[in-house]
Amino acid sequence: MDFQLADEHRMVQATVREFARQEILPRAAALDHTPVFPSEIIQKAAALGLMGMVIPEAYGGAGMDPVSYVVAQEELARASAGLQTIITVNNSLVCDPIFHFGTEDQKRRYLPRLSSGASLGCYCLTEPAYGSDAMSLRTDARREADQWILRGTKAFVTNAVEADICIVYARTGPQPGARGISAFIVEKGFPGISVGKVEKKLGIKCSSTAEIVLDGCRVPASNLLGEPGTGGKIALTTLDGGRLGIAAQAVGIARAALEEAAAYAAGRRQFGRTIGEFQAIQWMLADMATRIDAARLLMLRAAYLRQQGTRYTREASMAKLFASETAMWVTHKAVQIFGGYGYIQDYPVERYFRDAKITEIYEGTSEIQRVVIARHLLEGHA
Amino acid sequence: MNIIVCIKQVPDTEAPIRIKADGSGIDDTGLTLVMNYYDEHATEAGLRLREQFGGTVTLVSVGAERVKEALRTGLAMGADDALLVSDPALAGADHLGIARVLAAVIRTLPHDVVICGKLSTDDNAATVGAALAEYLGLPQATAIAHLEMDGAGAGAVVHREVEGGVEVLAVPFPAVLTVERSLNEPRYPSLPGIMKARRKEIKTVTAEHLGLAADVGMAAARATLVRLSPPPARKAGRIVEGDADQAVAAIISFLKDEAKVLS
Repeated sequence: MDFQLADEHRMVQATVREFARQEILPRAAALDHTPVFPSEIIQKAAALGLMGMVIPEAYGGAGMDPVSYVVAQEELARASAGLQTIITVNNSLVCDPIFHFGTEDQKRRYLPRLSSGASLGCYCLTEPAYGSDAMSLRTDARREADQWILRGTKAFVTNAVEADICIVYARTGPQPGARGISAFIVEKGFPGISVGKVEKKLGIKCSSTAEIVLDGCRVPASNLLGEPGTGGKIALTTLDGGRLGIAAQAVGIARAALEEAAAYAAGRRQFGRTIGEFQAIQWMLADMATRIDAARLLMLRAAYLRQQGTRYTREASMAKLFASETAMWVTHKAVQIFGGYGYIQDYPVERYFRDAKITEIYEGTSEIQRVVIARHLLEGHA
Repeated sequence: MNIIVCIKQVPDTEAPIRIKADGSGIDDTGLTLVMNYYDEHATEAGLRLREQFGGTVTLVSVGAERVKEALRTGLAMGADDALLVSDPALAGADHLGIARVLAAVIRTLPHDVVICGKLSTDDNAATVGAALAEYLGLPQATAIAHLEMDGAGAGAVVHREVEGGVEVLAVPFPAVLTVERSLNEPRYPSLPGIMKARRKEIKTVTAEHLGLAADVGMAAARATLVRLSPPPARKAGRIVEGDADQAVAAIISFLKDEAKVLS
């Protein structure tokens, strides 16, 4: 049993931490207050290899392992959860399914663009009426000669505004549920795809969230991802990896809140002493640190299992569930330690508090994670 | 072009420094060590010359086994090779001793240009690069802030920031250059670069290999360290009480009578 990161993971951590400190941290508050897509930072992140981290170098990726991936994502989220959202979606939800399920031609066409920052990806699964119940989705795909014609509306699509490559799930067969679903690689340049309503959010503001409208969108047959009817499997496999990225995001947000709260507690004086000298504050800090470490260990275990090539669905759900609830709890305590100063925008903890909430919702709510975990516990007992 | 870059591993400038109780050096247990910032700029300069003229960038350093971490940073930035001179006989070497070791190892390598940081952030001597040029018998340009190569790569025109102006020098290659931080912006090691750096072997040579031994260690040092001491602790500040008028009067009287910076 070895609880140390390997040398290469520590080097990735040091590199991304330094990158985040220099390039992201000074702009993190501004990116929240006046959200604009941080294209300059994304281009620099791409030069480092952060946009296609686990994709092999042959396809333009950085060829890193899943542990490096979560370590890097934590560092990015520590600086700006909004910026990390943009990056983790491109990696986990777009590069990954193309690499695992794409044809050689699809990999060669799309992965170098997505890894180099020339393109950005988005993931279109959720619909206005189908969130947690994603496998009941209604977007329709009909075959016409060598094309598929897609009709439907996708909701809450991260990167929807800036992305030019979309993974879209649509119903290609009459079978109910997952078996009737197929996945497609849809370019924004294809006729019939457009961006719908752009949402205004509580947090992660520099990443765009919008509807993607498919109004008879014409997709070449060569852009079907995987076999017809395997879209449900592709979606769920992809979300296992996505949940690692969200667990890392939650750990990064929580760590940011703890670091700020500890520094504040050591300096803020009340009743003639620092508030860190009061046990009430010490207990909060101790509980915050303990939960963060537990969340990080769950995250690393899930990443390690993925690296070993074993099934890690349950562990990814546990990591995502525990890390996101930890982020919410820890940022809540951090605001409390800051008192009134925690509630105003001059200090970063209110941003962490707002950013944390999404981690309990997207890529499977906490309730769905519990369903996944429980299903694994009950397997074989029915 | 055969490009040599000299690297030193130093304490992170953001790390708190503890001095050993006997004043003989700094206590490096648990201390974060990094590549000297100026050497990152030297490495970047070397990589840009390679991009322009082709060839290889070889990193050299002198020090303990752990210096390999700093060399790996340079390899991850994109350098081709790294070589470490590591030998207990070198303990206590002064700046001239280090320069002699570097000269001896660089003589064994093809070199069109040798690039060093202007100084190292740990002891600020700015000596090794200049001394190295003398030992190698090469022309030198120190503290360069701008570098322009001639088209054939046979020499460079460099700018040095001097008091009140810019000094422009033409330097024929092979030469030793030491660089300012304003010369360039070092690249981050890319993640694939980190992976490649990890797999690369870093050769280690001893002083004996280089035909050096007794003439470079502590016994040969012309300067010896008497002791290191921490800077005096900062005194607590004084807070002036009262309304604005009273406070301004109190501060002016302090600046006149105690600090004596106003008359």
